[in-house]
Amino acid sequence: MKYSLGNILYFWPKAKVESFYRQAKESNADIIYLGESVCSKRRELKLKDYLAIAKDLATSGKQVVLSTMVLLEAPSELNELKRYCDNGDFLVEANDMAAIQQLSSHNLPFVAGSALNIYNHHTLELLYKQGMSRWCMPVELSRDKLVNVVKQCEEIGIRDKFEIEVTSYGHLPLAFSARCFTARSEDRDKDDCQLCCINYPTGRITKSQEGDNLFVLNGIQTMSGECYNLTAEQQSMMGLVDIMRVHPESDNAFNVLKQLKNQQSIPLSSGHSNGYWHQIAGIHIG
Amino acid sequence: MELLCPAGNLSSLKIAIDNGADAVYIGLKNDTNARHFAGLNFTDKKLEQAVQYVRDHNRKLHMAINTFANSDHWQTWQQSVDLAANLGVDALIVADISVLNYAATHYPDLELHLSVQASATNAGAISYYKENFNVKRVVLPRVLSIHQVKQLARTTDVQLEVFAYGSLCIMAEGRCHLSSYLTGESPNMNGVCSPAKYVQWQENEHGLESRLNNIVIDRYAPEEPAGYPTLCKGRFDVDETRYHALEEPTSLNSMELLPELVQMGIASVKIEGRQRSSAYVRDVTRSWRQAIDACLSSNDFKVKPEWDECLSSLSEGNQTTLGAYHKRWQ
Repeated sequence: MKYSLGNILYFWPKAKVESFYRQAKESNADIIYLGESVCSKRRELKLKDYLAIAKDLATSGKQVVLSTMVLLEAPSELNELKRYCDNGDFLVEANDMAAIQQLSSHNLPFVAGSALNIYNHHTLELLYKQGMSRWCMPVELSRDKLVNVVKQCEEIGIRDKFEIEVTSYGHLPLAFSARCFTARSEDRDKDDCQLCCINYPTGRITKSQEGDNLFVLNGIQTMSGECYNLTAEQQSMMGLVDIMRVHPESDNAFNVLKQLKNQQSIPLSSGHSNGYWHQIAGIHIG
Repeated sequence: MELLCPAGNLSSLKIAIDNGADAVYIGLKNDTNARHFAGLNFTDKKLEQAVQYVRDHNRKLHMAINTFANSDHWQTWQQSVDLAANLGVDALIVADISVLNYAATHYPDLELHLSVQASATNAGAISYYKENFNVKRVVLPRVLSIHQVKQLARTTDVQLEVFAYGSLCIMAEGRCHLSSYLTGESPNMNGVCSPAKYVQWQENEHGLESRLNNIVIDRYAPEEPAGYPTLCKGRFDVDETRYHALEEPTSLNSMELLPELVQMGIASVKIEGRQRSSAYVRDVTRSWRQAIDACLSSNDFKVKPEWDECLSSLSEGNQTTLGAYHKRWQ
């Protein structure tokens, strides 16, 4: 099993990001994802800053992957995507078909991120032929569904052609909108957001009227209210999953990686869930 | 400009045609359909009758096979494509890459439209689907501003279809797991958002309460109108504030944008609502037929009050919005 550190999904100040990656360099992560995937207005770090961090991380033997935007609308966002794809050094995680279009037309390999709707072996086969070297499955897929996809991949002879990665810890990205919900929570439009996401380093928790953790508002992204925790499932992933991904919530990510590396788990405490893996509602514990 | 109307059954389809739809879109009674609600949609036999009725009236029939195929039952999607091709539907609305690939390979003459569920929001994604599967048309997600739609229309030679009226998905379609997170049933895989079987209503000391899989979505004061508990339209608490954290109950209505849509060469305006009644299909189709005809024949198009009233009365919460088309909404 390999362990990966997902890109930071929240909006953190530059100094905090740099300090985070200094720790990441010493962490148990084999693979580190870097880059902005949520909102193009978050520009504390620019591509050149990420590339500088990437080069530094690569010297410690980590595989560095550049994560790209999920929701691309403006032509300026497409141009930025092209710059990520043409970086010349690092593997890229595609989170929209525009990235696959760009990468495959330049014969570059890519990671297919969990925001892409890839649910079956035939789609995997086609994307493998277009350069996919790793598939991070959609967050809502269960172990049973994955077993079936893998079985079918074996039958058509492509199981060993790419790696399979599963989002294993952190609040799950569930939805993406044109609207910025963090700005809305401060009664402002997106155009006048004043980059307020920076004031919420782990997003804004949204509860039901009975106090259930439902969602976390993170700009245009809506995340799961519970922290997804599959750390106790490592055994059940053996032979099925190649990489477990940990999303940074805070510096705690390094502890999660350490526990995973030591074949230990983080207890499923209050505020955690694992339902999707067990093919029940994601918010529940299976 | 084509007026494309929804039909959840044969009688709605006939009503849509009889009231001026240029084309109608429908889906099968199975998991391939992103409006897979109980009691709706078409069996093989009904589909045959639908094809015949549409053909007799010289209109077009689009069939949505627009969920994401899973490895367990991939042949269900394959068989649905075969059926549609053999019966002669005019276009398939498809989201899944493997299904697009199958249809493009086996039925190269069958017109493919990229479903909104594929979430193609930019020129790069549109090029991907055009180059790989020769899609003729893309249905744009309801996340783009009118300016962004215009930019796309300028840069692509693929036909564009936009949502004109109906329930408002506020998330990029195909990229929303909120309903699956609460219920375990995935709109992407099973085709239903906030499924009715998980909905509960109860009167208690808090008033009327709606729940989805036992989670409170909203509570209503005595005179307050209550809406279907689609979870993105619920009232939740963010810190100490209770409000519609994502969106209020409202529907999309873009009628006032018609002249702009015509000018930018939009191929088709789509009415949402395959799950709605025949009366809804009749009234909405009629209003939009008149509006499009008026818009095409005059340089001074104004939305008539009777169209506005009709569309508002059929909307969620009796209110409408321009949604993401209008920058301020975002």
